[in-house]
Amino acid sequence: MFKILEKRDLAPSIKLFVMDAPLVAKKARPGQFVIIRIKEGGERIPLTIADYDAEKGTVTVVFQEVGKTTRELGTLKAGDFIQDFVGPLGVPVEFPHHKKVLGVGGGLGVAPLYPKLKMLHEQGVEVVSIIGAKTADMLIFEDEMKAVSDRLYVCTDDGSKGRHGFVTVVLKELLEQGEKFDEIIIIGPPILMKIGAEITRPYGIPTMVSLNPIMVDGTGMCGGCRVSVGGEIKFACVDGPAFDGHKVDFDELMKRLATYRDEEKTSLDRFQETHECKLTGQMKGANENAVK
Amino acid sequence: MPLNKSKKKTPMPAQKPEVRRRNFNEVALGYTEEDAVNEAQRCLQCKKPGCVQGCPVQVQIPQFIKRIAERDFDGAIKVIKETNSLPAVCGRVCPQEEQCEQRCVVGKMGEPVGIGRLERFAADWERAKGVQVPDLPTKLGKKVAVIGSGPASLTCAGDLAKLGYDVTVFEAFHKPGGVLIYGIPEFRLPKAIVQEEVEFIKKLGVEVRTDMVMGKVLTVDDLFDMGYEAVFIGTGAGLPKFMGIPGENYLGVYSANEFLTRINLMKAYSFPETDTPIKVGKKVAVVGGGNVAMDSARSALRMGADEVHIVYRRSEEEMPARQEEFENAREEGIIFDFLTNPVQIIGDEKGWVKGMECIRMELGEPDASGRRRPVPVKGSEFTMDVDTVVIAIGTGPNPLLIKATEGLELTKHGYIAADENGKTSREGVWAGGDIVTGAATVILAMGAGKKAAKSIHEYLQSKK
Repeated sequence: MFKILEKRDLAPSIKLFVMDAPLVAKKARPGQFVIIRIKEGGERIPLTIADYDAEKGTVTVVFQEVGKTTRELGTLKAGDFIQDFVGPLGVPVEFPHHKKVLGVGGGLGVAPLYPKLKMLHEQGVEVVSIIGAKTADMLIFEDEMKAVSDRLYVCTDDGSKGRHGFVTVVLKELLEQGEKFDEIIIIGPPILMKIGAEITRPYGIPTMVSLNPIMVDGTGMCGGCRVSVGGEIKFACVDGPAFDGHKVDFDELMKRLATYRDEEKTSLDRFQETHECKLTGQMKGANENAVK
Repeated sequence: MPLNKSKKKTPMPAQKPEVRRRNFNEVALGYTEEDAVNEAQRCLQCKKPGCVQGCPVQVQIPQFIKRIAERDFDGAIKVIKETNSLPAVCGRVCPQEEQCEQRCVVGKMGEPVGIGRLERFAADWERAKGVQVPDLPTKLGKKVAVIGSGPASLTCAGDLAKLGYDVTVFEAFHKPGGVLIYGIPEFRLPKAIVQEEVEFIKKLGVEVRTDMVMGKVLTVDDLFDMGYEAVFIGTGAGLPKFMGIPGENYLGVYSANEFLTRINLMKAYSFPETDTPIKVGKKVAVVGGGNVAMDSARSALRMGADEVHIVYRRSEEEMPARQEEFENAREEGIIFDFLTNPVQIIGDEKGWVKGMECIRMELGEPDASGRRRPVPVKGSEFTMDVDTVVIAIGTGPNPLLIKATEGLELTKHGYIAADENGKTSREGVWAGGDIVTGAATVILAMGAGKKAAKSIHEYLQSKK
């Protein structure tokens, strides 16, 4: 059992847990993730490691409530326990000789972007970052990103904060203005990473993306998370999740992510009927606030 | 004792094919006391029993069978457990026809004694009344780490605990048991039994730590730093192989490992009671001819598929699956397409599987494995309409721990090189089971765990 030490609401439906997990904290590095299972009968889902502290023995994870399991996770509070918290998984990322790096994060993708940029910043690399969300209140990790970036651009799809438009618009501008980077890291929804990688391709700048396919075990024994990279089959859980964005077959990834769409809906509907009746009033209130 | 001269094994009650093909309950129902005594009376009590030599962990077979014949069931299980820590598992999943029962003298004139069935009976009889923990020796104050919790590891851990070591088992999944829990389906090996067997190992004093992906959360070096004086690696062969043909990433294509893990470990058959989904279509093709292929096909049927095909590139004779499972599968209505090999998987515009192009094969000269090599018949391509494909063509060694362990010599196929006692190239490190031999059987893995435990004991005794 793993204890939730702290819980924070970062945005409507986006939550942060600080978990008590000393062994995971000791080995965690930027680019890695964990697999969690809430309870007996629950499914295993991958979550991004957004931060870690080996001394305190804590690991920070961020998740968005998009389906049954993340919705159920969101009902837990500080002091509650989850059954399984497995990691650190995946290959840590390294940037041995970089001088200047651009980080691009969309939506929840800002969370896995942050530890990479933090490490680069601590190594003395010049960090430029662009983060974005649909609306101002959906933006996460703005202060954290500011602290590790030499320059930070903020965008919203509806213009409610910062630049009006997608993060890829700013990415394009910077490259068109002739700004040079040793590497560009783009993390967010697959469509954002696909478009972003197409923008950087003509400039020949190495572009790293972090993929989010469906996973079961997360240790390389099932291949459920397989992706095509440069025409080869790779398992994102053990070969990634970071890959060369210019080689990833994003269309295939997006199709595969839809495999269980019907089942995911069944599961969520059932959860809402049985578990959220009591919360309905409260949730309505939250939605109204969001509209305001 | 009276002798039963029947040439045939006492039959074991089983669920009828038309019923069992739609449920996950155990197919074979086990002997009653009368059945067991009756079958035990077929044993000739050989002075030099071949059956014992055929058993990789050398269960004293005539001795335990004699006790069953005398209705001393307590005595029977005690004899078995002297050498076998997982009898309820072995009695169910061992290929006895290639091991103990193959060497049975009675089998030369008719059917051999049902050794597996009797072992199962004794183990189930004990489980029903509560498992006894043997007297344990005083602790030696020495720690041994066991990585993985499949049959090799559980056996090694159990044997070391019985010798007085403090044993910790590190398991990557949330449940111990390895292939017994994620691979072999409920209808062949009920998960409650695996859990009880693990509980028995725990009662011997073994600590089991789940959620520990070794090589990631802790390395072999970390274990020595933590005071473990020897390490046994029993991580199995869990890396799924794909065919490398076009279309393998279409939706509806599973590795057998993923398919069986979702069903067995995550209990996707209870979705949405449980949270893990699975998609099984109306027409399923399982590619391969081993036990994993049989398990996948029979599971697909139980998930509600109308038609399930096993597509195998060689013929019935070369099929490595157990005869009993092949027959069970056929009785349940699985269709066998022998001498057939997939060439590509065909998808629709949304990326879902809609067919599989195959080619007919014929058998040529024997290959390195001694089996006749299948050769494609030119121009014989045809398309099967299927909406789910499960690939069960074998597995390889999972590289996670191996990569993170320095100084570990490997074989040319990437498995861990170890001597007959499981000793690896690294001091204080043993390995056994599928991670050394490649995918084999439960009982061979147990035999390897047993030998390694003995060798570890000798090493630690000589160290002090």
